[in-house]
Amino acid sequence: MQFGVFTVGDVTVDPTNGREPTERERIKAMVAIALKAEEVGLDVFATGEHHNPPFVPSSPTTMLGFIAARTSRLLLSTATTLITTNDPVKIAEDYAMLQHLADGRVDLMLGRGNTGPVYPWFGQDIRNGIPLTIENYDLLRRLWREDVVDWSGRFRTPLQSFTSTPRPLDGEPPFVWHGSIRSPQIAEQAAYYGDGFFANHIFWPKEHTQRMVGLYRQRFEHYGHGSADQAIVGLGGQVFMRKNSQDAVREFRPYFDNAPVYGHGPSLEEFTEQTPLTVGSPQQVIDRTLTFREYVGDYQRQLFLVDHAGLPLKTVLEQLDILGEEVVPVLRKEFESVRPAHVPEAPTHASLLAAAGGGTDSTVHAVDDVTGRAPEEAR
Amino acid sequence: MTQRTLAVVSAGLRQPSSTRLLADQLAAATRDELVRRGDTVEVRPVELREHAHDIVNHLLTGFPSPALREVLDTVTGADGLIAVTPIFNASYNGLFKSFVDLIDSDALTDRAVLVAATGGTARHSLALEHALRPMFTYLHAVVVPTAVFAAPEDWSAGTADGALRRRVERGAAELAEQMHRRAPSTGPADPFALTGDFEDLLDGLRRDA
Repeated sequence: MQFGVFTVGDVTVDPTNGREPTERERIKAMVAIALKAEEVGLDVFATGEHHNPPFVPSSPTTMLGFIAARTSRLLLSTATTLITTNDPVKIAEDYAMLQHLADGRVDLMLGRGNTGPVYPWFGQDIRNGIPLTIENYDLLRRLWREDVVDWSGRFRTPLQSFTSTPRPLDGEPPFVWHGSIRSPQIAEQAAYYGDGFFANHIFWPKEHTQRMVGLYRQRFEHYGHGSADQAIVGLGGQVFMRKNSQDAVREFRPYFDNAPVYGHGPSLEEFTEQTPLTVGSPQQVIDRTLTFREYVGDYQRQLFLVDHAGLPLKTVLEQLDILGEEVVPVLRKEFESVRPAHVPEAPTHASLLAAAGGGTDSTVHAVDDVTGRAPEEAR
Repeated sequence: MTQRTLAVVSAGLRQPSSTRLLADQLAAATRDELVRRGDTVEVRPVELREHAHDIVNHLLTGFPSPALREVLDTVTGADGLIAVTPIFNASYNGLFKSFVDLIDSDALTDRAVLVAATGGTARHSLALEHALRPMFTYLHAVVVPTAVFAAPEDWSAGTADGALRRRVERGAAELAEQMHRRAPSTGPADPFALTGDFEDLLDGLRRDA
């Protein structure tokens, strides 16, 4: 099972002292969090993608490429990559490039984005959210899997004899997760292609997650990718820990009360009860996290949100220490001890290559050295 | 003999509340009318005041507490709805509108609704026609022609002449008739239900392209 952190990349005032980080500080903090994640033995770092203040990560592959150069083991991912407003051609190029630079330590999670005004900035319309997601991803898959693509659709200009470069590393595209809170069509999309499904599992009651994952698993089996319990599921989660749970609650409360999304609404206690948020001792986080599989089944990836709402970097790094030293080792052991043998791990570049019977150099040469033909003639 | 459920939403803020009093009178009269038509009725009163904090929390977080989820399911899953609000500053009160804002825009489609209100003066009575009726029409509900307004004089022993009683009975009869002629409700819609196969979604795009 993979464990990691995902970050929204918000620039938020620290409510305890009124201090607001600069964009530069926040960007550097995100990198520090990623490096720390590798240092403490976590498996995954995933960044959000946003194109409006107060968020900084508008260019995820720039950041992930930088992190890739400074890490050796960490898997780099997104949470989420906007499949609606990004050109699928650019996604195909950027993430294939990142794959090469990071030696395959890359996957990505696709999401729609729920901020209406962002869509027209990129020539789109939020009312087309679902159709955009379906058409763009269908094209993205082809761009990674076919050397030369002829394509026409509803939302972008047609492609004629187009080759997306670089080709995916070893001819194997990055694994894709689809993230959604409550759109059954997205669970259906993930199931149709046999991709992973990631449930936000932060801002919403567990019943939402349970229904969405249940639907995805059932349809994954329907489309013949394996049995329902072999579907690839990831979950979010939100934690704040101190040795004594009272200290955790006292320290986190001002951040909770003023947080974007849920601040000034329900109390910390209500929100803890109604969503997977856990504020307390490391043991409480372990106990709560172990209950997740009771309603989603055995799953492959657990990402924690630890760095939003104005929490200072120092505090976030302490949270990562606790996760790495006290929480994740126990979770690994406990989850592993109950996972049936036929339930797979999350796919990685290595496992996908092995399943494909090994890698191939997928380079497409403008004119073939041997035959003297252009790629479209080689089809 | 068909089993019917009747949700009765009251947005009164004081206790005791004249809004709740009117809601109870309308509910009892509607139940009597349905029983006369051979149906059995389960009346489910909803006092919004009890859920005021949960309603605001839902507006902010996007999801209901378990208790509010039950209330929303009660309202959207019932065969009929009686909606009663005090009139504040010439319209429904904020609590009432906040609650209605949490109802999916298609969750009350073809649902029989009786609107009613209370107010400090009879001059507010047309708020039912310019605020409540168009809102429920927007939600594709079937709002019965009679809307019931109760002003202070309707409750006063000296001036009450039975006019409110007659309006209550007329509104209740209209609501009961609309409920009776419809197939029983199948309960609240499942927001997670899959409406189509993925191939249909893909094909739809290819057709449009």
